[in-house]
Amino acid sequence: MSSTIATPVNSQAGALHQAKRNSAVLAARQADRASRSGVWVGLFAMTMSFAAFSSALFVREGTMDWTHLVLPPVLYLNTLILLASSATLEVARRSMTASSPLASPDSGRARTWVFLTLLLGLAFCVGQLAAWRDLRAQGIYLATNPNSSFFYLLTFIHALHVFAGLAALVCLAGRLTAGHSVLRRTFFENTAIYWHFMAVLWVYLFLLCRMKL
Amino acid sequence: MAESSVEQAHVHAPPEGFIRKYVFSLDHKVIGKQYYGLALAAVFTGMFLSWLMRIHLVWPMLKIPGLELLSKAGAPGGIITPEYYLSLMTMHGTLMVFFVLTNAPFAAFGNYFLPIQIGAEDMAFPRFNMMSFWTTFAAWLVLMLAFFIPDGPPISGWTSYAPLSAVGKDAGPGMEYGMSLWGISIALFCIGSLLGALNFIATTLDLRAKGMTLMRMPLCTWAWFITSCIALLAFAVLLPACILLILDRHAGTSFFIPAGLVISDRVQPHAGGSPLLWQHLFWFFGHPEVYIAILPSMGIISHILVNSLRKPLLSHRVVIYSMMSIGFLSYMVWGHHMFLSGMNPTSALAFSFPTLTITIPATVLTLIWLGSLYGARIQINSASLFSLGFISMFVAGGVSGFFLAQPSIDIYLHATYFVVGHFHMVMGVASLFGVFAGTYFWFPKMTGRMMDETLGKLHFWITFVGTYCIFMPFHYLGLVGNVRRYQSFVDDFMAPYIGWHKFITICALITGAGQLIFLYNLIYSRFKGKPAPENPWNATSLEWTIPSPPPWNNFGGKHPVVYHDPYQYGVKGSKGDFVMQDSPEQVIVSGD
Repeated sequence: MSSTIATPVNSQAGALHQAKRNSAVLAARQADRASRSGVWVGLFAMTMSFAAFSSALFVREGTMDWTHLVLPPVLYLNTLILLASSATLEVARRSMTASSPLASPDSGRARTWVFLTLLLGLAFCVGQLAAWRDLRAQGIYLATNPNSSFFYLLTFIHALHVFAGLAALVCLAGRLTAGHSVLRRTFFENTAIYWHFMAVLWVYLFLLCRMKL
Repeated sequence: MAESSVEQAHVHAPPEGFIRKYVFSLDHKVIGKQYYGLALAAVFTGMFLSWLMRIHLVWPMLKIPGLELLSKAGAPGGIITPEYYLSLMTMHGTLMVFFVLTNAPFAAFGNYFLPIQIGAEDMAFPRFNMMSFWTTFAAWLVLMLAFFIPDGPPISGWTSYAPLSAVGKDAGPGMEYGMSLWGISIALFCIGSLLGALNFIATTLDLRAKGMTLMRMPLCTWAWFITSCIALLAFAVLLPACILLILDRHAGTSFFIPAGLVISDRVQPHAGGSPLLWQHLFWFFGHPEVYIAILPSMGIISHILVNSLRKPLLSHRVVIYSMMSIGFLSYMVWGHHMFLSGMNPTSALAFSFPTLTITIPATVLTLIWLGSLYGARIQINSASLFSLGFISMFVAGGVSGFFLAQPSIDIYLHATYFVVGHFHMVMGVASLFGVFAGTYFWFPKMTGRMMDETLGKLHFWITFVGTYCIFMPFHYLGLVGNVRRYQSFVDDFMAPYIGWHKFITICALITGAGQLIFLYNLIYSRFKGKPAPENPWNATSLEWTIPSPPPWNNFGGKHPVVYHDPYQYGVKGSKGDFVMQDSPEQVIVSGD
């Protein structure tokens, strides 16, 4: 970024100040790029882990004692809720990025949608808990059969990742509420990428558990 | 944007207070040293365990004084039981593979030098970095705890094959709680390594200084970068495998335990699992792990060799592309560890082919190192000796890989000392030679003091000759049918070869003792060594442009600018026969 801010170039203190500003801007931009890469690399590692679980499931599905589970119907609702939360976060993101990267006139609107996303995310977790209770009421536990083992395991690990996303959303909502200038576009976008990935991952896991291959 | 961004930048404030400076430090250099210290503790523990095993193999009834204190059941009266031998073997393997070969060349040196070599002030995510070390440290504590519980360490080997690793106490001593500790430890280790790998990748991609293009990165930076890509995939698969194993052990699931399995006269209350599934998941991690151990050392010795040769390698790019293809191929060969597992013979063939293909980039690398040696006046010091030693070990250990890659030969040799000799030389010793070379080379930068060269050369010759004396006979023992993992050979068909084992044991004791010279040199030089200048080796990369040891923010708040490829040796520069990467002067090739 070339300096566009007018400073007295002939004064030594001014030049030093300018240099410091420039290097701070450079460092900040590097940090932005690195955090973006970090999110993508992290998602890649998660994809790999879930691929490992999936391949274990495929192998296990080929064995004699596989009994296919009828999944609790609440899961359909949960899927819709999580997809909806992805959409609300996208609305929030767009209302922020449409104008200035910093606290913009639209930040109030963004805050509302982020809170809505947070609410939907929590509703999803409660819904997952309801699905577990449903299965338990049927007497289906973790070790009951291989399919239930995978179902509990995959939903649990997905939920752990969702909690991380919820933590990021809380952080985001907090910063929007405080309205101070440290809110960075990158943090918003990284959270959005992660949250969308959670939704996509859930749809995949749901299909994986639901379908008999 | 500028003002508001400042406090958010990745640069952290100077550390204050003992805890922030030396314990929970965010500084990549301190974290690198912490990894090195952990690897040092692990390597001497692992070496001591191998001494115990070697002694037991040739003098099985020898009373080892004090051993009873460690395990009453495992070594009653100081005599190691057969089961305890397996415990020692498991702990030796786990400590060495995870806490030494992964930590030392990759996490320790990578953490310390990768940010400096690309001109960054720190890693991209310093907090993740700190967490990655302390998670690894916790993993080490959990593993070591297995020595001190009544159950003792597990007896399943570092590969922990299911179903015996999954059924609990029926599988033998150490398999109830010791095995669980192993599983937890490795799961923690995976998390630590994943955080580390993520950090390495983001740092390399985004925090490079101005002018530091990817191709201008030094070869060791490239090696750490490729290794972190491999580690990201490998540990992301081992972690789920460990979770499944722990669930099988403690939650009654049956991922790995088949139906109707009878162990210790008891039908196991599980059904339908697949023991082969563990092997697939484990070796999908396990084979890339071999390259996680060796690639950083390849990079390190390339970086050092080119400095001692005072001329560039035959090709910078080909070295990088070869390391990349090794990294890529490492994911296609895991089945070659399973030729004996009852896998479909056709898939054995499918795994054999890429395994043999890996020898192509490996050979290209070797030829580049050897070809670059031709006509060069190499400067002999401890670092360059260990680099040459690396090539020797890599070739000697790698050649036996040609044999093992073929299923028909592997079926005979797989369960013998041939394989033990093979992987100890090519993965263990070669990788450690890279660590030794790196230590002698970078110690001045890390501590501000030079290591003792005489002791260093003595250490090299003892280690070099010693490891050949230990591991070469393993190959011959394997060919005559000496099975591995057995605790004693005194009164069976192996009795005629017990003399060989005695020779190996004596060599192991001497070579191990030789490592104490290294330890002494390390500690003595740290406090009493000759003060090191900024650039003692007349080297060109960025770590030699800053004071020894570097300040907390590496470049003192300045932003280095890079003008050249990393290895401008054998040229006419203002300082001598080299031009540093951050020097704006023009490179004039001398002698042409």
